[in-house]
Amino acid sequence: MSLSITPLVASAIAAAIPLLIAALGELVTERAGLLNLGVEGMMLLGALAAFAAITHGAGLPVALLAGMLAGAAGALVYGFLTISLQASQVATGLSLTILGTGISSFIGRGYVGYRAPETFEPLPIPGLATIPGIGPLFELNVLGYAAVLAIGAVWYFLQRSRWGLELRSVGESPSVARSLGLKVNRIRYAAVLFGGAMAGTAGTYYALAQLKMWQEGLTSGNGWIALALVVFATWRPARVAIGALLFGGVTALGLWLQTVGVGVSTFALASLPYVATILVLVSISADRQALRRHAPAALGKPFFDGD
Amino acid sequence: MKRSTFLGAAVVSVAMAGMGLGIATAAEPIKAAFVYVGPVGDGGWTYAHDLGRKAMEKALGGKVVSTIVENVPESGDAERVIRDLAAKGNKLIFTTSFGYMDSTLKVAKSFPKVEFYHATGFKSAPNVTIYNSRMYEPAYLAGIIAGHMSKSGKLGVVASFPIPEVVRNINAYTMGARMVNPAITTKVVWVSTWYDPTKERQAAEALIGQGVDVLIQNTDSSAPLQAAQDKGVYAFGWDSDMTAYGPKAHLASAIEIWGGYYTKAAEAAVAGKPLKQTVWGGIKEGMNDLVSINPIVPEAARKQVADKRAEIAGGKLVFTGPIKGQDGTMKVAAGKSLTDKEIDSINWYVEGVEGQLPGQK
Repeated sequence: MSLSITPLVASAIAAAIPLLIAALGELVTERAGLLNLGVEGMMLLGALAAFAAITHGAGLPVALLAGMLAGAAGALVYGFLTISLQASQVATGLSLTILGTGISSFIGRGYVGYRAPETFEPLPIPGLATIPGIGPLFELNVLGYAAVLAIGAVWYFLQRSRWGLELRSVGESPSVARSLGLKVNRIRYAAVLFGGAMAGTAGTYYALAQLKMWQEGLTSGNGWIALALVVFATWRPARVAIGALLFGGVTALGLWLQTVGVGVSTFALASLPYVATILVLVSISADRQALRRHAPAALGKPFFDGD
Repeated sequence: MKRSTFLGAAVVSVAMAGMGLGIATAAEPIKAAFVYVGPVGDGGWTYAHDLGRKAMEKALGGKVVSTIVENVPESGDAERVIRDLAAKGNKLIFTTSFGYMDSTLKVAKSFPKVEFYHATGFKSAPNVTIYNSRMYEPAYLAGIIAGHMSKSGKLGVVASFPIPEVVRNINAYTMGARMVNPAITTKVVWVSTWYDPTKERQAAEALIGQGVDVLIQNTDSSAPLQAAQDKGVYAFGWDSDMTAYGPKAHLASAIEIWGGYYTKAAEAAVAGKPLKQTVWGGIKEGMNDLVSINPIVPEAARKQVADKRAEIAGGKLVFTGPIKGQDGTMKVAAGKSLTDKEIDSINWYVEGVEGQLPGQK
């Protein structure tokens, strides 16, 4: 029985990258006080746009741009309804998911059966990529490396930059932020659009780096996991990364254990991600103070920026 | 208030459905409905059913019109969808996944004048007819090709749920391969879903990571084939012809052919004599086949597949002894064959399949 662990790590990382990208975007959106449940929908819009672009002869950079723009377009609709019209964020976000799923499967019908002519391929770092166990960390594609850098960038932006401070204050108390002269709505739009572009990037990853073909619903509900990750991580970028790896890891572990012939019930293995979810939720909820301290105080509440 | 409105609406729709049946004339097309577990765009199982539906519509030339409902979960939702279709005046309802069995039976009780057809199940009723395809026949033929093509001697299966329908395909695939090379073993990964391209791909990659070099899947998407293409190993198409999804990796496709059956059921309904006969067809009946064999498959393998295919088409049973179980004990003695009932309730692996079948002690 061969017990090579490297395929397991590779598989966990591959599953974690798109979750990480989408969750970082949602994290910024939520830190500005907006709960966007439309991540799954925006991911599918991004996946479709990127796939359509590549199929019609665009290069990878253009396809990525198309994916980001499509995700952001979905976010713009959400932003208009929730920021300008103060509609319910929960209902609007859910509608966005339904809309994105519908549009992508309707337009995507024309692409069923197509393989992506160009895809994001791994770019191994010589010397590091062959280290057993952690090698896969140095064998990512360009989106993967960018996602890793984005963890630090988002952290720096939120915690160390003036714009980040403004964004956070909008998420904590929009009325105070406004009284200090901040353009609350403008900042919120920016945060929502960033979240949409990141979700679109995650969708692009599924279409052009992971599956590399068009299949309906190819994001398989991972937008919801990205959403959950933000809460698990108590709105902190580094913890989002750990959570994404954990989730990618448990799914991969269940499959990997089967291939090496470990005699554990496959039903138990299939329920691993859910068991992990419960454990993490329990551990987070155990410290209510911390949860309340970290959650943006104005999250989910409509704000009338009267001008 | 709300409740009574709802009941009123239900009564009206049922009454209208009843009238619809009463005044149906020869000129008016019969309505048929198809319930799908995945999207038509899965390129596999549901796509094959939809091809069959289209073939039926074409053959009937406007005498039957059909509607579809995609992505219907195998849960309580299924019953609601099926009930709704029956209430809307559909006279033929095809429920095309194993998990719709109990929902179909429940709704059928309330609509005795509607004919229900349930794919791959084992419970029938006066107006519920079962139809199924012996996919283990093309799986066996695929195994022969796998036996010729595998260099590592390790085959892999991305499997959905440990039900007899899937277990017998794993067994047949392994038997076909071991007929060519008795040292071959098969690894199985259960993904607990029919359609989840991401998970199916992960499972395929996990198998490839353990040295598997020929994959087959008993799930509904082409993701495992695509994974094989990327990793430079081989795989098969399942349910539909999947050549286009991974032309280099694709060795052949085990396909379902539902058009003939759907046409027969529709013609019978038009003639006013509903088809009530349970069908479990295979290569012989033209309900499935192994097609699009890759040119790289050596001539010897092709010939062996053609010979075995001819035997099966001529009535030879795949599960004919001697067949040994996983632990080497004789399960089917030489000269004996498994009966349909035994095949339909099979819960053991043949020799060469690794790992423990979930749910078995």
